[in-house]
Amino acid sequence: MNASDNHNNETIISTKDLCVWYDDFQALIDVSMEIPEKSITALIGPSGCGKSTFLRTLNRMNDLIDCAKTTGNVYYRGQDIFQSSMEVSELRRHIGMVFQKPNPFPMSVYDNIAYGPRTHGIKSRAKLDDIVERSLRNAAIWEEVRDKLRQNALGLSGGQQQRLCIARALAVQPDVLLMDEPTSALDPISTTKIEELILQLKENYTIIIVTHNMQQALRISDGTAFFLLGDLIEYGSTDVIFSTPSDKRTEDYITGRFG
Amino acid sequence: MTRKKEKTVQENIRRKRVERIIHGIFLMLGLITVGCVLLITIYLVISGIPAMRTIGLKEFLFGQKWASTAAEPKFGILPFILTSIYGTAGAIVLGVPVGFFAAVYIAKIAKGKIKWLLQSAVGMLAGVPSVVYGLVGMMVLVPGIRKLFKVPDGASLLASIIVLAIMILPSIIKVSVTALESVPPEYEEASLAMGATPIETYFRVSVPSARSGIAAAVVLGVGRAIGEAMAVMMVAGNAPNMPTLFESVRFLTTAVASEMSYSSGLQRQALFSIALVLYFFIMLINAALNFFLKRGNVKQS
Ligand SMILES: Nc1ncnc2c1ncn2[C@@H]1O[C@H](COP(=O)(O)OP(=O)(O)O)[C@@H](O)[C@H]1O
Ligand SMILES: [Mg+2]
Repeated sequence: MNASDNHNNETIISTKDLCVWYDDFQALIDVSMEIPEKSITALIGPSGCGKSTFLRTLNRMNDLIDCAKTTGNVYYRGQDIFQSSMEVSELRRHIGMVFQKPNPFPMSVYDNIAYGPRTHGIKSRAKLDDIVERSLRNAAIWEEVRDKLRQNALGLSGGQQQRLCIARALAVQPDVLLMDEPTSALDPISTTKIEELILQLKENYTIIIVTHNMQQALRISDGTAFFLLGDLIEYGSTDVIFSTPSDKRTEDYITGRFG
Repeated sequence: MTRKKEKTVQENIRRKRVERIIHGIFLMLGLITVGCVLLITIYLVISGIPAMRTIGLKEFLFGQKWASTAAEPKFGILPFILTSIYGTAGAIVLGVPVGFFAAVYIAKIAKGKIKWLLQSAVGMLAGVPSVVYGLVGMMVLVPGIRKLFKVPDGASLLASIIVLAIMILPSIIKVSVTALESVPPEYEEASLAMGATPIETYFRVSVPSARSGIAAAVVLGVGRAIGEAMAVMMVAGNAPNMPTLFESVRFLTTAVASEMSYSSGLQRQALFSIALVLYFFIMLINAALNFFLKRGNVKQS
């Protein structure tokens, strides 16, 4: 399935017959999906339907779960990510991730942002300063933390921590950002700020976001994919999915009849 | 209706009373511990001070000669103090790197059977009585050092350092593993998701996050090493020399233990003073330990 009816962006990530098992339990069933570049794609569906699993498969974070097995293909810019020639750390550098619970390192704000670039070999102080400022500006949090760069990041508010995590992810100059319910632990004002931020980021990044909030999906996403029990039920442009879904189950879900 | 209410009120009163009694019992048990510490401290201070007075604090602490049974006795414990410090420092220098890397391996890298095997080995190492360490050191290490370095007697500071290094490994490893395992996985995931490799993640995120726990592990090792008597008694040679690596030495602990049974008069009092000095060191180490543990708690909150 694809959602590129209403925009002509090229496909950046595509999956083909993707299945994921946890031991004997199948969490994803033959998911095939094409995700366009520089757009926001929302993944919706009731808890346990496999949204996080899908997201974590795209940058192979699911490799960390010992009992997880994957079949099928995932292509990132045409390259099969499960090929043995694919360097996992390189893949993750291109496909960054923001988690549900803000998880800044217990270090200073500066060191949090500089962590990724340092890991990838940047040592020059001037360059790091530059990256830190740029990343924090891009994540719309520079003004709030510019005087606190040396303070421990755990002292920031939840919403600030989450934007810091976004800045940290941006600091390695990724191509795609995967976000797993990034606002579900935040208050409404922080949520609004992050939604605005995500809309800005669309200019330069491809964003795939899991959300439980239908309004959020409607407000920010271009394409929406509805999952149910590991199946991709329906995928299309957000307007269409929310106004005239073709599957009864999608309609039931978005109108709040279950889930 | 009202009777039912009355019943629950009575029930509540009864439960509160039981609660209070249990509270009292726990408090008493806690106070017993405090009492023991106080008693030991007071006893040591009272019995340790006289000799220091008679000998003179400076002469006692910085005198380089210990000849307690000579016609003209000398009570200088600098050799013991320095031996204890060097011995502990040496054990830390040898033991901490080994223990640290072992802990990272066990906590983060090893899986399944290997992890189980290593953890059981560490557990067993912790359970070996110190006299056994001393025995093995005496049978293997001491002759080994004599042959390898061609010294007249292998019983030496070096032998003690090696035995102590092995003895402190389990506590260093166990405490560090606990600290490393309690690093929130979210930190590690964040690092991996930015393209850091697992090894980079362990050393740049997990270890710094666990640093106060690891520091506590090291301090605990210091405490074990400085307080150990039996094993070092068997491999140190016990001559009250100023410490050098290949000569026989005597530690603070062994100084007390080796003469206590036949001592009398000022000599006996001096042994108590040595115990007081040792106690002082241990208190210092405990304070350091509490400092690191507290800092760890503050950081997590
Ligand atoms: N590590 C795991 N081990 C076993 N089962 C898992 C694991 N992670 C997820 N699952 C199962 O896979 C299914 C999909 O989970 P998930 O992808 O987290 O769903 P969602 O994010 O949509 O709530 C759930 O039934 C969940 O119980
Ligand atoms: Mg989820």
